[in-house]
Amino acid sequence: MQISSRLRIATLAAATTALIGTALLGAQAQAQDTYRIGYAISKTGPGAPGANTSTIPNYEMWVKEVNDAGGLKVGDKMIPIEVVEYDDRSSSEEAVRAIERLINQDKVDFILSPWGTGLNLAVAPILDRAGYAHLAGTAVSDKAPQLSKRWKNSYWLLGTGSQYANELATFLDQLKSDGKINNKVAMIAVADGFGIELSNAGRKALEKHDFELVYDKTYPLGSQDLATIVNEIKSLGADTFVAFSYPPGTLGLTEQARVLNFNPKIFYAGVGTAFPLYKDRFGADAEGVVSLGGASETDPKIADYIKRHIAFAGREPDRWASIVNWASLQSLQQAIERAGSTDRDAINAELAKGGFDTILGSYKPGDQNFWQVGQWQDGKFVGIAPTSMDGAQALIFPKPDWKGAQ
Amino acid sequence: MNIVTFKSDFIKPVILGAIIFAALAFLPSLVDSYYMSLAISITSFAILATAWAMFSGPTRYISLATVVFFGIGAYTVAVLGEILPFPVVLICAALAGTVLALLVGFSTLRLAGVYFVIFTFGLTELVRQVVSWYEVNVTRELGRYIFLDITQDDIYWQLLTLLAVLLLTGFILGRSRLGFALRIIGEDETVAKHCGINVTRVKVALFVLSAVFMTLTGAIMAPRWTYIDPVIAFNPMLSFQVVIMALLGGPRRLLGPILGVIPLTLLFEVLTANFPNHFSIMLGVTFMVIVYLLPGGVIGLYEKYGGPNKPSHPNGPPTTKEKTA
Repeated sequence: MQISSRLRIATLAAATTALIGTALLGAQAQAQDTYRIGYAISKTGPGAPGANTSTIPNYEMWVKEVNDAGGLKVGDKMIPIEVVEYDDRSSSEEAVRAIERLINQDKVDFILSPWGTGLNLAVAPILDRAGYAHLAGTAVSDKAPQLSKRWKNSYWLLGTGSQYANELATFLDQLKSDGKINNKVAMIAVADGFGIELSNAGRKALEKHDFELVYDKTYPLGSQDLATIVNEIKSLGADTFVAFSYPPGTLGLTEQARVLNFNPKIFYAGVGTAFPLYKDRFGADAEGVVSLGGASETDPKIADYIKRHIAFAGREPDRWASIVNWASLQSLQQAIERAGSTDRDAINAELAKGGFDTILGSYKPGDQNFWQVGQWQDGKFVGIAPTSMDGAQALIFPKPDWKGAQ
Repeated sequence: MNIVTFKSDFIKPVILGAIIFAALAFLPSLVDSYYMSLAISITSFAILATAWAMFSGPTRYISLATVVFFGIGAYTVAVLGEILPFPVVLICAALAGTVLALLVGFSTLRLAGVYFVIFTFGLTELVRQVVSWYEVNVTRELGRYIFLDITQDDIYWQLLTLLAVLLLTGFILGRSRLGFALRIIGEDETVAKHCGINVTRVKVALFVLSAVFMTLTGAIMAPRWTYIDPVIAFNPMLSFQVVIMALLGGPRRLLGPILGVIPLTLLFEVLTANFPNHFSIMLGVTFMVIVYLLPGGVIGLYEKYGGPNKPSHPNGPPTTKEKTA
């Protein structure tokens, strides 16, 4: 088929005009009959699986619940939430641009955080400059305390990598002095931000508690060949196996340990263990596996949240970042209600005061009052440390035998 | 050609360019930071695509290594940003880019055609893994923080200056012996050798020149992200975007790539803003439409309907073969 050159030019001209028109006019701010909430999140790219687990379902469920109840209570008015969402395609530059668009073009009232340490750090200075609060729900950084000083209204909800490693080391130390485990630990970590940060902190903390690291290596993100690692570790006689892994590695290592019947007394795996899919995949073999995070499912608020999450998203929330994210959304809602206005500074001031009633109890964004160490017990991922926290469960010890491997 | 026309041929575009760039420098006082972020995006891609086309246009070597140099620049800032003053950091970045480009150039520019494409693509992964390995085993910190007080406007002005220098370099190059040698190599390498051109040296020289501009772009952009790790700095998507933009515009003219950068950046913007859930699908459809309606690139359209029949620019017209390659 031939297209005449005139038609071609006309089409191009029309397309270009439309393009520029849409690009430049964009969405204009509207009158304040809605509270506009914006977010840019990784719907595609390497960050998408994590964002889809810990962040997106919570944002969507919160907006739906608030709007079903008539909206946010601001003074004596009920104001529904309107959402403006973008895909940052897991790229820092896209995230930066999307946040600029939310602030300057869409003129949203509040911006929810993107997924992951890198993207949260990329957008933090922009949010700070524009006076928006930043509830960074999925960033783990040892610089967290400095970051909240640097950007006054930023809250680093998951804290530092060291805190998880330190809590684990303290917990293991207790088991060691009770004579339950020997002083040998085999540790591996994924060669990615999270794994490196936690293994660094873990190395220091474990050595401080006189543990001997009989194995201390990293594996590349996306590595398929984990059988060699597990085989090597199996012969080292360590009672404790610690993997600061990411979901693919967490599943792969568990699978290999099960196949090779490597069953240390403490089997600690990283991100992904607390995901519902872990239980789905390993069934009864999940029993006794230790990881970071945890939930007090005996707590009616947590149990109710999990039930609503299943009803809304068709799957369970993970037992770590999801819970913290939800508590931050509850805090935001109460901050707006307490401020009694949609004024950003007033809401920011309320957020800084804290004292919100959330699924984590009385909460101020940035509080680390959630479980640092948890364990699968009877199909539930429960919190076991810090042992001083309410509802701390006793550790199932030693880890039961793998059933699938027999 | 007598001296007078040569002079006016040379001076007019330079003055015109200087006026345009001087006007563009006032942009930050006219628009808000959203448009500034759009302007930064367009300017940075304009540099990358023009620098890419500077080497790949005449030689027809399709390089997918853009992000390698871009990432090296970003990493230089992350490593040295808080130790040295920023201008010195930029010089270090340029040096790092030069050294890497020399290494890569001398070892690979003897490769032809598809081998070169595959090598440059593999180079991205290689450099990313080497940086990861170093960070994991030596520094034991995978991510790096860049806390520099460099505003969005500063970044824009730096990019604008770099683009002006790049265009001027390209303009002079097009009229130089080196540029002439390159075009002969692009037409027929054997003929070039017989003319007494040191083919490898010319190609490496240009590869290095193009790489330095890419490295500097990465270095200038890095303070925008606060945090980089190997995955963020060496994202292969960037290399592909640059190639697509340059090819859409027309890689064999100096201003061709920019004509591809502007519509495509605006298109990405519209798609991201309006179709957050269907970006990739919409992008694919749009590319099909572009290829269907614009087989010769934007500059091809200009030459066909608006411009002079014979190219006034010595880089020569784009060929249809290139677009479909």
